Formats: sequence, structure tokens, C-alpha cells
Amino acid sequence: MEIKNNFINDLINITNQNPSLCYQCGKCSAGCPLRKYMDLAPNQVVRFVQLGKYDQALQSKTIWLCAGCMNCAARCPKNFDLHRFMDAMRELAIRNNVKPADSKVASFHSSSLKQIKKHGKLNEFGLIFDYKLNTLDLIQDVDNAPKMVMNGKISFISHNVKNKNEINKIFKKLENK
Amino acid sequence: MYTIGYYPGCSLTGSAKEFDKSLRKICDLLGIKLVEIEDWNCCGATSAHATNHLLSVSLPLLNIKKAYKQGITKILAPCAACYNRLVTAQYELTKNNLVKKELSEFLENDYNSIKVINIIEFFQEIIKEGILDKKVVSLKGLKVACYYGCLLLRPKEIIDFDDSEQPSSMEEIIKITDATPVDWNYKIECCGASHSIAHKDIVVDLIGKILGDAQKHSADIMVVACPMCHSNLDMRQLELRKNEGYKSIPIIYLTELIGLSLGLSPEELGINLHFIESRSVFEKYFSKVEVQL
Amino acid sequence: MKIGVFVCHCGENIGKTVDCPRAAQESAKIPGVVISVDNKYTCSDPGQNMIKNAIKEYNLDGVVVASCSPHMHEKTFRKAVASVGMNPYMCEIANIREQCSWVHDDVEEATKKAIDLIRIAVEKVKRNFALTPIKVPVTKRALVIGGGISGIQSALDIANAGYEVVLVEKEPSIGGHMSQLSETFPTLDCSQCILTPRMVEVYQHPKIKLLTYSEVEKVEGFIGNFKVTIKKKPRYVDETKCTGCGLCTQKCPIKKAPNEFEQGMIKRTAIYVPFPQAVPNIPVIDNTVCTYFRTGKCQMCVKVCGKEAIDFNQKERFVVEEVGAIIVATGYSLYKIDKKPKDSPIKGYGEYGYGIYPDVIDGLQFERLASASGPTAGEIKRPSDKKEPKKVVFIQCVGSRDESKGFSYCSKICCMYTAKHAMLYKHKVHDGEAYVFYMDIRSGGKMYEEFVRRAIEEDDVKYIRGRVSRIYEDGGKYIVKGEDTIAGIPVEIDADMVVLATAIVAQNDSKKLAQTIGIPYDKYGFLNEVHPKLRPVESSTAGVYLAGACQAPRDIPESVAMASAAASKALVLFGSDMLEREPTIAKVNESTCAGCFYCQKVCAYNAIEKKEIKDRNGNFVKYVAYVNPGLCQGCGTCNATCPSKSVELIGYTDEQIFAEINALATL
Repeated sequence: MEIKNNFINDLINITNQNPSLCYQCGKCSAGCPLRKYMDLAPNQVVRFVQLGKYDQALQSKTIWLCAGCMNCAARCPKNFDLHRFMDAMRELAIRNNVKPADSKVASFHSSSLKQIKKHGKLNEFGLIFDYKLNTLDLIQDVDNAPKMVMNGKISFISHNVKNKNEINKIFKKLENK
Repeated sequence: MYTIGYYPGCSLTGSAKEFDKSLRKICDLLGIKLVEIEDWNCCGATSAHATNHLLSVSLPLLNIKKAYKQGITKILAPCAACYNRLVTAQYELTKNNLVKKELSEFLENDYNSIKVINIIEFFQEIIKEGILDKKVVSLKGLKVACYYGCLLLRPKEIIDFDDSEQPSSMEEIIKITDATPVDWNYKIECCGASHSIAHKDIVVDLIGKILGDAQKHSADIMVVACPMCHSNLDMRQLELRKNEGYKSIPIIYLTELIGLSLGLSPEELGINLHFIESRSVFEKYFSKVEVQL
Repeated sequence: MKIGVFVCHCGENIGKTVDCPRAAQESAKIPGVVISVDNKYTCSDPGQNMIKNAIKEYNLDGVVVASCSPHMHEKTFRKAVASVGMNPYMCEIANIREQCSWVHDDVEEATKKAIDLIRIAVEKVKRNFALTPIKVPVTKRALVIGGGISGIQSALDIANAGYEVVLVEKEPSIGGHMSQLSETFPTLDCSQCILTPRMVEVYQHPKIKLLTYSEVEKVEGFIGNFKVTIKKKPRYVDETKCTGCGLCTQKCPIKKAPNEFEQGMIKRTAIYVPFPQAVPNIPVIDNTVCTYFRTGKCQMCVKVCGKEAIDFNQKERFVVEEVGAIIVATGYSLYKIDKKPKDSPIKGYGEYGYGIYPDVIDGLQFERLASASGPTAGEIKRPSDKKEPKKVVFIQCVGSRDESKGFSYCSKICCMYTAKHAMLYKHKVHDGEAYVFYMDIRSGGKMYEEFVRRAIEEDDVKYIRGRVSRIYEDGGKYIVKGEDTIAGIPVEIDADMVVLATAIVAQNDSKKLAQTIGIPYDKYGFLNEVHPKLRPVESSTAGVYLAGACQAPRDIPESVAMASAAASKALVLFGSDMLEREPTIAKVNESTCAGCFYCQKVCAYNAIEKKEIKDRNGNFVKYVAYVNPGLCQGCGTCNATCPSKSVELIGYTDEQIFAEINALATL
């Protein structure tokens, strides 16, 4: 796999911090609530990046399973914000066309952004509908849906921002291609 | 009259509509005016920040820009995720050179002069100003586990209203209802957040631990301040209930608990909209004051 | 005036970049220069002889050596010229190495610059005048601040050399942290057993004046001549009458005050001796808890004291001591913060429940638990229910190497004392399990690495590489969540007790003391040595020396070594009756001084005093500034500040400086 040469600079620019800050104490991994579902420990993802083995880091499930709870960042003795790091790793995996090791999470994010791009707001029904089409995970939550519809929590009619110009402009400029 | 800018965010118009409803009811009752940001847009949580940094900063800043144009100086963002994205975007605008360079249009006006507060800070403020001081119904004896989750307290370099490891601000607030906060371990643990859809099993596992610890410390209910946490702890608890002998624990919003103590009915507050019903818990405590459930 | 110029090649150091022969030829053309030569190594014996011979041969009255920094060899060359009768201050250095050859590549340009630098020095020498060093008398008596192992060692060394020592300790007893330790690494000998005899020796030494429960309040004067004001806090017990019988402490009805020596794990009485081996063995009354001080009643101690030693009317007293040298040995304290203090850069350890969970304790608490004289008589029992813990987790680097909590440094001693703790625990609880979470094991020191390996190999202590993220309390167990970063797997241990190796931090009043004495400290409050390698026990204030953990985290052997080193520095000072100091200090022109005292405000060394000028009849005319030659360091700040140009720096007068500048401007 070929990762673009400027990977490390992009990573540093997005996160505003240098991965060499990490001294591999493992406190992030120790406190990560998703740790047991991950293939690489979070500190190992950083380690691969420190070693220049970007593809191994980008191909891990770990970067997709990070739930963004920020436990790691809050407790890091080096003030290294692993949460930002993981966010940027996903962004760079997409930009470098690395096949996501967890396609469900990747589909969820893309469905979600599609909704925001289209409506300016996140319509939960639209998001779930789009996600289900992509993942063919059709059964989940069909039992809960009726109550949500009855309670008016799920609306089939999308809310839209009135003035979509600015949203369009933002997406046009920044969307990952 | 206490007036504040209001950013409901997408969840509060959908799956968390009772959060919005209960907040508005309380504000009506206390004479607080919520000025909604006109034509607000999604803050981008979670997917924007999870996959596109500049987008995740632009979307919240666009809302702040709209608020600025409206002359709003302070925004209440009750949704913890929205709150987190708004304050993070402001922080990024001052600290991250890439953001400054690529999103320079947001540097034109002083958008960082707008203070964004979360629901806890909001209650702290109206208690301090004497706006919230009365209580109609005493919730004495009700044991409450206050759950903060992730997004209210972290990152610690941006958010500093409470200790990020041993928080106590929500407990302080619910004291005005006479309810008893319980001491427990999982106040700040992650509920699995947006994995609810892609990895339901993980979320069920995580909330199982959180709810189990709250029950171990004999909490009657759990109070939350985040729509994502609520949806995970409430709706996904249905999965746990499939286990034999599982005892449910109702999950309610902080606004709902305050609303109850102010004498608002559960229907007015939207408590009946939750998956885990709270009738049995509240009956025990409200039979004396004849609250309709 | 006849001046000689000597251009040094310094081997290749200068010679490679500066054309030294040309520089010498050009310098010969400067008016006043009668001889100008270059030399491979001027600092060598032949090099120095060349200068000496030239002085004699050409009858020189000024010398310029163009060589390395004056920091390096100014003394060497001044000594050389003095040996043939020239006043040493008639020799100047033109720094053509650090300020020229080392920082330039272009030979042509560098050579030009070297010639300029020489020209400048020549112009200065032309205006130099003979100076003689200042002599000040030395008071051969030392003050040692702090009565821990470092202070004790320094005091004993100086006293045993025959000089008087005043030892000041702020606590009621000497002994410091070492007296709290159970056994010491790497030999596992009992701390009290080796320390107590030294404490007694201090107490009985005829040359040591011991002032316990006392603090340094003010320091005036300068090297060889300090005047120190010491505050004696009231003990409310007359030290001259008390026999240390202990009856008062037995009968005192207040028994609920936290025992500081036992790290708060048990209680003590209001009138108390900090620990059984305390020196002096004289009680002190804690007036914050004593019933008499709170309500005016009780006086039980007065009733039982047969010697009438109790004195509730005692007040603070101040004593003044004159000393020639000061040794600061104030030690450390332990990081102990559970929640983030308001407006502090230091953050707490909420994630470990430190200060919240009763059985999450720190290293000093464990020392007391393991100590035969401690609250459990040496049996390991956890504080909450006094049960013997069967599984103990030790966590290293709590606070240390953690810049997010406010400390980026390594506390140095924790790796060793944690290994010792785990070992002691395993020796006492045979069926117990000991786990150590560490990041790196730092065991540099004689027999240190072997000691750590012994804990692992022989005592079966389980070392896990990784920091712990969080500790949860769960039904009397403490769930420790960590990651084994070597295996790459998460680890969870349900411990009965957790011991945190919390960071060594500066004493909380160290900055205040440093300001009182006038010595620098770092951002953490540790006191700074003047040179980290070559002058490790000297502060930048002459006559003030440092010993032990007040300077940085130190273990016992290092503290003792430093203490002896500091003592030897004081003894070097006491070796001469008079002290020679550089004559290049500030001098005030009293006729033009307007008495504004701006100079006093900017002087970093408190060297400026007020002097009264009187007329012939003894009538007051005005105040002028006076420079105390003992304190002035010749920095020139007053010189630059004086609005009426009434201060000159001897050896660096305005005339000399302007001549140097003019030497450049005329080109």
C-alpha cells in the first residue's frame, strides 16, 4: 500500500501535535473502554506511526473503534491528545483510500455526513435508512422503531436549514474526496 | 428577564425531544427566555470530527457566526455533543494553525467572545442568580446516580468547570431537589456513543457495566445530560432486560429531574417518552404528593 | 605605554578560521603595541613563558592575549603576568575563539574581526589601572538549615573539623524523612538504627548549637559575614526544665490529632513528642488542638509536670547568629494532592482515587506500615479495616514524569523504594501477591540493579510495564485498570491495597526560604546549583551551599555525599582568615550622587546601602548610595541605571568602555 509522503506532516497539521510526544506508557490503552474490541492497543497505533509504519496503523480496526470518549487525552501524562490523533487517522485513512478495517463504522460516518450535506441537519431517520442500505443490516432496531415513531422521536420528514448556501460552500471546500 | 441564546441541535428535535421539551418548560416556569439561533445547522457530531477535522470546526463556527449576527453573546447548548463541538471549534480557531489558515473567514469577527455553556453550567448560573431557588416537590429519599459521560468534562484543557476525574457539579445541582446523589464509580465512563448503530453489542456491554455499578450503589434512577448517553442507556437497556432477573433503572434528563421538583408533571416533561418506564420508581416517592404518572 | 599582544592558535580551534600570523602582524601596527606574536598554544608552559619573557625584555606595562573566553584562561594569564611583577589587572583577553573562530567560517572576515577584537582590548588596556583584590574577614562558624540526614551530615562534618555549627530545624525534632523510613535500599538495613546514633551525636556535640522548632527569618551580609535572624517558635515547654519523662504526653486528654510522623494513619495527643527517638526528647504543644488554648481550661500537663516545665505564655523568640557560611539542606516533601487545587498548575490524581479511597496510600505511609516502630508494629495491614492485604499493587511515577499534572521530571528514588516496598511486603506476607506498574526501571547505583532483580527473581514480584489508567472501588477491593504494554494486553487486578509512588516535590516554603537567603530556584521550587556538573553544591550566592533533596530528588547516599561536599566547601572557606574578592565592583561618586536609590532597587545582591554625608560640623547633608564591597558582584546594573552617572564599575569604567567602542568606530 502506498501512503502519501506527506502523511506525517498532514497528521501533525491536523492534530496540532507531534506523535513523538508519546512515550508509550500505555495509560491510554489501560483506560480505553473499547480496548478489548480493538486489534491494536491505542498506544501501539501511535507506535506504528512513530516507526513510520503508517499503513499498519491505518489498517487497524482500532482507529475506527475509537468512540472519541477522550479518556486517553484526559489522563495522558504527556498531554498528547490521542482522541485528536484517532480522528485524524480516520481522516487520513479515507484520504489515502485505505479500506476501513471496520466498514460498519465507516458507513455510519459517511451516511451521517451525507445527511448533513443534504439537509444541513442530521435527520436520524434518514441516517439510519441510508446506513441500512449501505450495510444491509436491516433487522437491527426494527422492534424499537414503532415506539420511537409513535413518540414522535423519528420523523420521516426531514428538517432542513433554510439557507443552504453556506453549508454547500463548506462541503464543497472541505469534503474528503 | 434572564435571556440566553439557545442551540438545540439535531438530537433535541428528534430522539431527545423530551430534553428540549423539559428545558423549555422549566424556562417558561422560571421566566427564562431562550433565543433560538435562527436557522441553526448541525454541529457535525460525531461523524464530522471523526473523519474530517476542518469540517468539524466549520459547522459549529457557522452556528456561532449565525448567533453573532443575531447579537447573541451567550449560547446554551444542552446536548453535550453539540456543546463539546462548539467549544472545541472556538479553541481550534485560536490554537490550530491549519484551521486559522484554511478557515480564515471565521477570524474576521470575534466569534470567541461568545460564551458557550452546557446544561450544568446553565443550572449553576441560574441557581447562583437566584432564579432557580424554589422547589415544589421534595424528592427526598430518591437515590440518584449522576452520569456525566465523556463530552461534558473533556477535553480538560478546554473545559474546566469541574474536576475531570471526580466531578461533583451535577450532584451539587440536584441537591436542590432534596434527592440523594449516590457515590459510584462510572460517572465518567463512556457509553459507546455513536457506536449504538454500527456496534450495538459493544454499547450494550458498556452500558451494562455503567448501569450495573449504579445499581450496585443502590441508585433508583440515573440522571444524564447528554442525548447520546440517554439513548444508549435507555433504549439499549432493552437488550439487557432480555436477561432473566434484570432490574431496569430509569434514565432521565437533568432537566426532567429539576422539572419534577418544580412541580411539573412527568407528561409535561416528556418522561413518558422513555423506553425504560419510571412509574414504579416515582410512585414510591410521589404517592404522598399525588403526582399523576 | 608599552603593550604586548599574544595571538593564540588554540591548535586548530582558532588557527583554522583566523589567520593568526596576520592578526599578529596587523596588531603590531596599533599605537602602543611594541610586540605582537602568535603562538600555537599560549596557555601551555612555553606559551606563558613567552609572555613572561616579553614583559621583561620589552618592559611591558600591558598585555593582551587573543585567545579563548576569559572564563577559560583569564586567571591563568593574569597569574602569569603577576609572576613577573605586572599587576594582573593590566592583562586583558580578546576572545577570538568563542566569539570569533567558532562562530564563523570565512577566514578573511574572521581574521578581520579578530584584529578588531584585539584592537578593542588594546584600547582598554591603555586605560587600565592597577587593582588589588578586596580582603574581607571570615567568621568561622556555619549555619545549617534543615535537620534531615543531609543537614545532620553537614553539621557533624563541620563540627568535627573543629568549627561551630548552628543547626536549625523547623520541626520539633531532627531526623527528617529518613527517620520515617522502615528499611533502606539496597542493603535493607533499618533506617532508625543507622540514623538515631547520628541524631544523638548532633545533640551531644559541643560544637553544635541545635535550634529545633525554629525557622530562618532573615539573612543579611555576605560570604564570611552573614547575620542570620532565626525565629524560635513557642513549644510551650521550657527546654531547660523538661527532662523528657513523658508524663504530660501520657496524661493529655486530647488524643485525636492526626499524627504527622505516622502520616496521619494514627492519632496523637495535643502535647506530644513526634516519635519515640526524637531529638531533642522534649514535647511540644499543638496549640490548634490543645484544650487550654481553645477554652482556657484543662492544664492537665501542668498538673503532672514535676519540673514546672509547661509555659503557656511562651512567645515567638528571635535569635541572631553570625556565621561565615550557610548550608541549605531543607529536603523535599511528597506530592499529595487528590483534587486540582484552584489556580494551581499542579493537578491531582482523581483517577486513582487518591485521598478518596482509604486503602490507596502513598510511599511514606507504606514505610510507616512496614516499620517496626510504626502504627502496626511492622505488620502490613491496610488502613480501612486493618486486614492483611493479600494482593498489593504498587504504581510508580505518580506525579513524576507527568507534565499534565505539573511535574515533568523523574523523582529518581521511586523505582528503588518501590522494589524495596514490594520486597518487604513479600517478606512479611508470604502468601501475598505484589504487582508493580512501571514505565522504566531506573536503577543506576551501586548494587541497585541487582536489588531490583532480586525483587523480581527471588521474591516473585510481578512487574507490569504500563501506567495505570484508573482505580475503582468495588466492595472493599480496588480494581486497578492497566495495560501490559509488552504483551499488548489489558490488565485488571483486584487489589486489596494500592501504594502510589508519588513524586518528590520541593518543600512548599522552599521558594520563600530561597528568597530570604537570596539564592535561585527552578520552576518547581528546587534550589539551583551554580553549575550542574562542576559546582554541584554551591549556590550562585557566595558562601551559600546546598545539600540533599532541596536541590532535586536524591536518595540517602547521594544526600550524604552532597552534605559532606557542602561541608568541605564551608571548611575551605574557613581555611583562611581573610577572603579575597575581585576588585571589579561598583563605586559611587558621592559628590554627584543625588540619593535617588534607583541603584538600590535594581541591585540583585542587596549590595547598595544608604550612607549619611555630614559636613565638617557634623550636620547632615544628604544620603548617598554606598556599595558594600562584600556583596557587590560587579554586574554593572547600578552603573547602567544611575541617572546622574554617579556609579562606575571599577575596571569597566565608562571611559574604558567608550574607548573600546571608539576603537571600532575609527575604522
